[in-house]
Amino acid sequence: MAETTKSADHMAPQRSFQGLILTLQRYWADYGCVILQPYDMEVGAGTFHPATTLRSLGPRPWNAAYVQPSRRPTDGRYGQNPNRLQHYYQYQVILKPSPPDLQELYLGSLAAIGVDSALHDIRFVEDDWESPTLGAWGLGWECWCDGMEVSQFTYFQQVCGLDCAPVSGELTYGLERLAMYVQGVDNVYDLNFNGRQGAEKVSYGEVFLQAEEEYSRHNFEHADTGILQRHFTDAESECQALLTAGEADGRHEMALPAYDQCIKASHVFNLLDARGVISVTERQSYILRVRALAKACGAAWLQTQGGGAA
Amino acid sequence: MACGAAETIMPDLLLELFSEEIPARMQAKAADDLRRLVTDGLVEAGLTYEGAKAFATPRRLALTVHGLTARSADITEERKGPRVGAPEKAIAGFVRGAGLASIDEAKIHKDAKKGDFYLAIIKKPGRAAQAIIADLMPGVIRAFPWPKSMRWGARSAPPDTAHSPADAQGANALRWVRPLRSILCTFGPETEEPAVIAFHVDGLEAGNTTFGHRFMAPDKITVKRFDDYGPALEAAKVILDAERRKAIIETEAKNLALAHGLDLVGDPGLLDEVAGLVEWPVVLLGTFDAAFLKIPDEVVQLTIRANQKCFVLRDPATWKLTNRFLLTANIEASDAGKAIVAGNERVIAARLADARFFWDTDRKTKLEDWAEKLQGVTFHEKLGTQAERVERIAALARELAPIVGADPDDTERAARLAKADLPTAMVGEFPELQGVMGRYYALEAGETPAIADAIRDHYRPQGPADAVPSEPVSIAVALADKLDTLVGFWAIDEKPTGSKDPYALRRAALGVIRIVLENELRLPLNPMISAGYFASVRSIAREGYALIEHSGRKLGFEESDPNYDQSFWIPFDEIDNDTVEYLSMFGSPIPSGSFSNVDEAEAATTSWIPSLVEHNADLLAFFADRLKVHLRDQGARHDLIDAVFALEGQDDLLMIVRRVTALGTFLDTDDGQNLLAGTKRAANILAAEEKKGDDPKTWEEGAVDPKLFETDEERALFDSLEEAEHLAGQEVAAENFEAAMGWLARLRAPVDAFFDHVLVNTEDQDVRANRLRLLHRIRAATRTVADFSRIAG
Repeated sequence: MAETTKSADHMAPQRSFQGLILTLQRYWADYGCVILQPYDMEVGAGTFHPATTLRSLGPRPWNAAYVQPSRRPTDGRYGQNPNRLQHYYQYQVILKPSPPDLQELYLGSLAAIGVDSALHDIRFVEDDWESPTLGAWGLGWECWCDGMEVSQFTYFQQVCGLDCAPVSGELTYGLERLAMYVQGVDNVYDLNFNGRQGAEKVSYGEVFLQAEEEYSRHNFEHADTGILQRHFTDAESECQALLTAGEADGRHEMALPAYDQCIKASHVFNLLDARGVISVTERQSYILRVRALAKACGAAWLQTQGGGAA
Repeated sequence: MACGAAETIMPDLLLELFSEEIPARMQAKAADDLRRLVTDGLVEAGLTYEGAKAFATPRRLALTVHGLTARSADITEERKGPRVGAPEKAIAGFVRGAGLASIDEAKIHKDAKKGDFYLAIIKKPGRAAQAIIADLMPGVIRAFPWPKSMRWGARSAPPDTAHSPADAQGANALRWVRPLRSILCTFGPETEEPAVIAFHVDGLEAGNTTFGHRFMAPDKITVKRFDDYGPALEAAKVILDAERRKAIIETEAKNLALAHGLDLVGDPGLLDEVAGLVEWPVVLLGTFDAAFLKIPDEVVQLTIRANQKCFVLRDPATWKLTNRFLLTANIEASDAGKAIVAGNERVIAARLADARFFWDTDRKTKLEDWAEKLQGVTFHEKLGTQAERVERIAALARELAPIVGADPDDTERAARLAKADLPTAMVGEFPELQGVMGRYYALEAGETPAIADAIRDHYRPQGPADAVPSEPVSIAVALADKLDTLVGFWAIDEKPTGSKDPYALRRAALGVIRIVLENELRLPLNPMISAGYFASVRSIAREGYALIEHSGRKLGFEESDPNYDQSFWIPFDEIDNDTVEYLSMFGSPIPSGSFSNVDEAEAATTSWIPSLVEHNADLLAFFADRLKVHLRDQGARHDLIDAVFALEGQDDLLMIVRRVTALGTFLDTDDGQNLLAGTKRAANILAAEEKKGDDPKTWEEGAVDPKLFETDEERALFDSLEEAEHLAGQEVAAENFEAAMGWLARLRAPVDAFFDHVLVNTEDQDVRANRLRLLHRIRAATRTVADFSRIAG
């Protein structure tokens, strides 16, 4: 099987964006991960997927990997910047508990996509990760390849304000960055998406440039802040209502739908932030409101089967 | 292991804690902590050692302790027990406490005077060093003082659930800076095969193996002792000693620079960090597009340093940066580093492109227009926006301008632009470039160099090693910025306490002191901080009402007045200069928000603005404190500083320092010492009389009457005092403190003669009172330069 993969040049990670993704999918599937599909909501990072946020809580072992489209409205540049995007892909791996050879597994994944550690300078540089909105933090590194940050490597210590027991190991690959690196291109829009050449070739720009332009307009100029503010309040009260309604004799029956509303509130906050209508003091209060939801959702999750409740 | 044979040659201990990558900034302290904790523990357990040295790399902490004693000494302890024939309970307690089988094992100590008593001889045999080390290590590792530590893996699972792995430890799992992978611990004299010290921590068994470089030599290495440990690591591409890694990086960097005819821009902080990121340093030279050099050097250097941890190189002829940089890789790559250099070049190009984007975008907006945006930026919740702050600084800078010899219009303009770069993209990305960017953007916009430089230099001095601004416009803006900060935070009662100084107010005060002293400025602080105070109060009092109150009494209309209830509340938007001044006489509580009636406002009162008098006195005392610290650091005596500060109305820093200097010189002379002694004697006598019940007003308020003099010494002293006080006063007024001291020095002889020949406490009460007044005049005369009673010795 390895031969067929190799023989197909259009699947080679050095030539094909989707080839890179599929190589990672296969690598982590071989390890035993559940390969999930992206979560069907707007999120700022792969960490927000309930397969990471909620599954990292409670005692049940869990190994999963997935691609997560991530939206960072403030990073939009109208398609003008070769590195910054308001929508991009993260590849997310969550292993619970963190295996003792997680660093070696990670390096193995780099080797799988063609990063030769005898030729490149791979480094683990201190980077403590924190998500104020999720009430989460962990210790780890940003992983450098020849001076380029290609992944984030974190041992989760707390999520939703709750101690992780056991600790999960989280790997987040910035797929566009990594692809630019292995394909050797300087502009994200020049990435070869499908690995074909000539007329058959589809570039990243052909797929996403128009979207970057349109969403930058939306995020910075046209998103209706009044509606967004309403959406925020709606999501917040819906989340709280579901959390209350789901309580049932020490168990919780609606942690997942409640958490969806928390994700929604977080994304709406990001949009409001991009529109520049949130002052410094308000910003803090929005963050605290989302965190309060995340904490309550995490606590509810622990009262479900997935969260390890008997 | 035959311990007997080890008695002559002292054994050595080798310890290595091998982990996943330790943050660079924590390594040096961790190595030091390891050495301290282990050696302290060994000594406490009764061992001695000749020397110890600790090392750190990104993946390991190592410690060698050599010349350890192989055993701790036997200890014999005597414990005194109850007297013979004491109650059974007491004897049983003694037997238990001393660890005896029965009282028969105790000795009986004969004591004819107090009676015989029991004595237990407790022998504590010495312990083998191995056992001591094995006992010590787990505790050292478990309680290691990492600034941040973490749990990991299956052992961090709770032990009591259906899903728990077999080795789950829950909260008892080991915490370390990053996962701890293995422990090496050997012990023995160099003549023998060392032993592995048997201990385990959190499932890790100590052994005699470690690992080499992550990529170049990942295999297991077996180690005997420190002598072969270092070489074995080096063969496995690991340089153990951080100092050596630094030396290698520095040498290679300088050689590479030299080979290209360039100068390395030294950066000790970066060198430390980089040495903590590699086990096998390999320095490589990279290039970027020379077009990026159109961006200011500071930006290029910071971009390359902060993001990529690379050194920059400059042209020795022009002192300008070049388009070369040096990176430190952790590997000897199979292509001699081509791919690594190419990769780093691409990242640096992307980063510089970002920086250029900021540089180009920022310049599309005029600096004045950036300044407008400060209206939307909060400086401090209570002190308003950055724009309001800039208004205050500009007004104060304008007042300061004539004092420092700056053009008032230029100064005000510089102050208005001083913070304008804060909302720019570049400063958002690199906050440390605040001021530096403002200067560039000002020059681009055609501002004069004096204004542009002031924008950059008004933040100075930023530390003890930083120079103070020396150009008039820069000085005025720098002083205004610092004074406004101090005054504002004083007005909202956010003063530094203990080690907490979140707004760097101590640094601001020291900055003012250094600027004034090093530029020899005559700056009366009182009027300046009063002006700043009024401006701050107006910013604080933005909305709502201020209560006019004095000593708990509301100041308003007569109670019979129909508007009595409202009269002592002033809406903030009606507060003008006069009201501020009026309010500031008393101090006012500030209710926040808008209120429809007095009760609501009263209930919402949240803070208190100190009165002008309180505010200024407190802030001047803070300046005095900072000045004392500053002068003490320079070797001045703090009692002399106190003696000068004790005089009323001292708010001119330069004059204070000149007085202190003159006083110090004077006191080093015999005349000075004797006059000091005489003054103190006079003060002591007056104090004694006061204690006896004399009213100090008799000598403080009454004038000396020459008609009551009975001796020549009185007359001579009086004449000298008249003359010295007058002339010293004139010299002080002319700020010739040395000369003033000279006149005071002439008092020495008459003062000495007075004490030698005149008895103050005579029968005649009028004569006595006159003499006390004369003594008081000595004190008064010396007070023209300092309060001598504050001087030690």
